[in-house]
Amino acid sequence: MGTNRRNFLKLLGTAGFTMAVGKSFGALAKKKSPVEFYGILYDSTLCIGCQACEYACAEEYGLQEPQDEPQIGVVRKTDETRRLVINSYDTSKGEQYIRVACNHCNQPACASACLTKAMLKTEEGPVIWREDKCMGCRYCMISCPFDIPKFEYHSANPKIQKCRMCYERIQDGKIPACVETCSEGALIFGKRSELLEIAKQRIYAEPEKYNHEIYGETEAGGTSVLYLASVPFHELGFNTKIQKTSYPELTKGFLYSVPAIFVLWPALLLGLRQATKDNHIKEIENE
Amino acid sequence: MSNTDITLARDNYGSSIWSFLIKEFKPKNKFFTPFNIISIPIMLLGLGIIVIRFWKGIGSVTNLTQEVPWGLWIGFDVVTGVAFAGGAYVITFMVYILNMRNFRSIVRVTVLNGFLAYIFYAGALLLDLGRPWNVINPIIGNGFGTSSVLFLVAWHFLLYILAMLIEFSPVVAEWLGARRARFILSGMTVGAVIFGITLSTLHQSGLGALYLMAKDKIHPLWYSEFIPILFFVSSIFAGLSMVIFEGSISNKVFFRQIDKKNHTQHNTIIHSLSKICAGAMFAYLFLQVLVFVHGKHWDLLNSPMGFWYLTEMIGFVLVPMVLFFLSYRNTNILMIKVAAIITMLGIIINRLNISVIGFKWDAASHYVPSWMEIVVTLAVIFTEIWIFRWIINRMPVLRASPSWVKDKIPDQQ
Repeated sequence: MGTNRRNFLKLLGTAGFTMAVGKSFGALAKKKSPVEFYGILYDSTLCIGCQACEYACAEEYGLQEPQDEPQIGVVRKTDETRRLVINSYDTSKGEQYIRVACNHCNQPACASACLTKAMLKTEEGPVIWREDKCMGCRYCMISCPFDIPKFEYHSANPKIQKCRMCYERIQDGKIPACVETCSEGALIFGKRSELLEIAKQRIYAEPEKYNHEIYGETEAGGTSVLYLASVPFHELGFNTKIQKTSYPELTKGFLYSVPAIFVLWPALLLGLRQATKDNHIKEIENE
Repeated sequence: MSNTDITLARDNYGSSIWSFLIKEFKPKNKFFTPFNIISIPIMLLGLGIIVIRFWKGIGSVTNLTQEVPWGLWIGFDVVTGVAFAGGAYVITFMVYILNMRNFRSIVRVTVLNGFLAYIFYAGALLLDLGRPWNVINPIIGNGFGTSSVLFLVAWHFLLYILAMLIEFSPVVAEWLGARRARFILSGMTVGAVIFGITLSTLHQSGLGALYLMAKDKIHPLWYSEFIPILFFVSSIFAGLSMVIFEGSISNKVFFRQIDKKNHTQHNTIIHSLSKICAGAMFAYLFLQVLVFVHGKHWDLLNSPMGFWYLTEMIGFVLVPMVLFFLSYRNTNILMIKVAAIITMLGIIINRLNISVIGFKWDAASHYVPSWMEIVVTLAVIFTEIWIFRWIINRMPVLRASPSWVKDKIPDQQ
C-alpha cells in the first residue's frame, strides 16, 4: 500500500512538472507573432502588355533593357538577363497578356533544396538569393516547379538570377519597382490575405469577365504572387500539372527517416556482428 | 616525430622515409602500354577543357540549359559513380558485420575502389559547381540548409570518405612500415565500418531523394516516391557487379600482386557474389513491379518511353538476374561476368533515365552532352584508374601484408 502511495505521488509530481514546463514552452512559442507574407496580385485583364514593368525591373537591377516585345506564338522566357517577362497568347477571349516571374511560394522548393540557405524565404514574403552563400549547385533549378531560378552559364563567377520582389525596397517601405511603374493597375502590392480578398471581390463583382480561379491561391501550397485572368490558365501557358500541396512536402518522409536510421542502424549492425561472431570462430577451428 | 622517422627508415630497406617516398613515386612498370597511350591524351585534353570551364564558365564547355541544369557530370559521374562505389559498404558489411570471412581477400581492394570513386566523383562535382569556392559553406555553417536532401548528401560524402580512409589506412601504414600507427588505425576499423554502412544507406537513397521535388519534370514511369528505396536496393547489386567486374580485370592485370591462394579463391568469391546479386535484383525487380502497378501507368507503356522502360526492366534487370541465378546453379564463371556487365549497363541506363533522359522528356529541346563533357568524364575515370594502379603496385592491397603484420585483416582476432 505504501509503495503504491509513493508511486502515486511520484506520478503526480511528474505530471505536475510536465504540465508546468509544457505550459511555459507553449507561452514561449506564442510570443512570436504569426507571419503575414507580402505578395503581388497581377490582373491579366488590366494588363496592356506595355512592358513598363520589364523596363523598370531591368533598370532597378542593372540588367539589359528588353530586346523584344510580347508576340502571339512566341514564348518569351525569363533568363539570366531578365527576371520578368510579359507574354502574349491567343486565347478563347482574344489576345491576352500574362506576366512570368518568380511566384514566391509560401513554402518554396528552391529554398528547401538549398544546402547553404542561399535561397531564402524571408519573413516579409520575397524569396531571395544570397551571393555570399551560394555554391552554384543548381539544385534550386532542379526543384523549382516553375523553372524560375536562372544560372549564368557563361560567367566564371556565375550568379542565380531571379525576381526578389524588390526585397530591399520593401525593407525601405517602398513597393516593388514593377508594381510602382504599372500605370494600368494590373499589379497590386500588399498583404497576401488582402490581395486574395481583392481578387475574390473582383471575381464576384464581374463573374462574366473573370475565369473563376486565382492562380497561386493553392498552387504549390500557395504562392505570394497571385494571378487573375479572363480565361483558364492553361490557355496562358501556365503549368497546370503543379500540385496543390507544397513541394518540400515531397522530401519530408525521406528526411524524417534519417534520424531513425542513424540511431537504429548502428545498433542493428552491432547486434548482427555479435550474433554472427560464431561463424568465424568455427572457421578458425577449421583452419 | 624523429622517433617514428627512424622506425620507418629501418622498416624500409634502411633508407630514410623521404628517399623511400621519392623512390615509390617513380613509375615501376613499362610506360608505353596501350592503356597509357590511350589515356594520357584524353587526360591532357580533359585538363585543357577544365581550364576553359573555370575561365569562361560552365556553359562554354557543356550543353546544359536553364531547363536541364544537371547533365552528364552529375547524372553519370556522381549519381551513377556512387552507385558503383556501393560495393565497399556491401563487402565490409559481409566481412565485418556478418563475419563472412571468405570475402576477406577482396575487402581492401573494394574499399580502395570505393574510396577513389568517392574522391573522384565528388571531385567531378566540384567541376559542376558554379561557385566551387563556396563549397565549404554547408560544412562551416555559412548556412546549414538542414531541410535540403543535398545537405545530407554533401555531409555524408565527406564523412563517408573519412570513414573509408580509416578503413583503408592500415594498408598505408603497412606500406610505410609504421607498425604503431597500423595498430592504432586497425583498431578503428569496425567503428568506421558501422558508421560507413549507416552513411551509405542514407546517401545512396539520398541521391534518389534529390529528385523527389522534380515531380513534374521526370517521366512518370521513373518518378515515384520510392526512388530513394529503389536507389538503395539497386546500389547493392550495382556495387557487387562492379566488384565482380573490377576483380576479374585486376586478377589479370595485377597477376603478380596476388598470392596463389587468393588467386584460386577468386572464382569462389565471384560465385558466391552472383547469388547475392540475383537475390538483391529479385527484390529490386519486385519493388519496381509494385511501384509500377501502384502508379497505374499501364497506358504509358505503349509509347517510345514506355518501350524504353520495358527494355530497362526486362533487358537490364530481369535478364541479368536470371543469368546470375542460372550461372550460380551451374557455376559458370564467364556467364557471371557477362551478367555483371549487363547489370552495370542497366544501372547506367537507370540512373541516366532519371537524371538526364527522362528529365524534361517532354520539353521541346533535349539535353545531349557535349563531346567536352564526355572527354572530361573519361579523363576523370582514367585519372582514377591511374591512381588505383599506382596504389595497387605499391601498397599491400592485393598482395599479402608484410611479415610483421600478425592479424592479416584488422579485427579478426
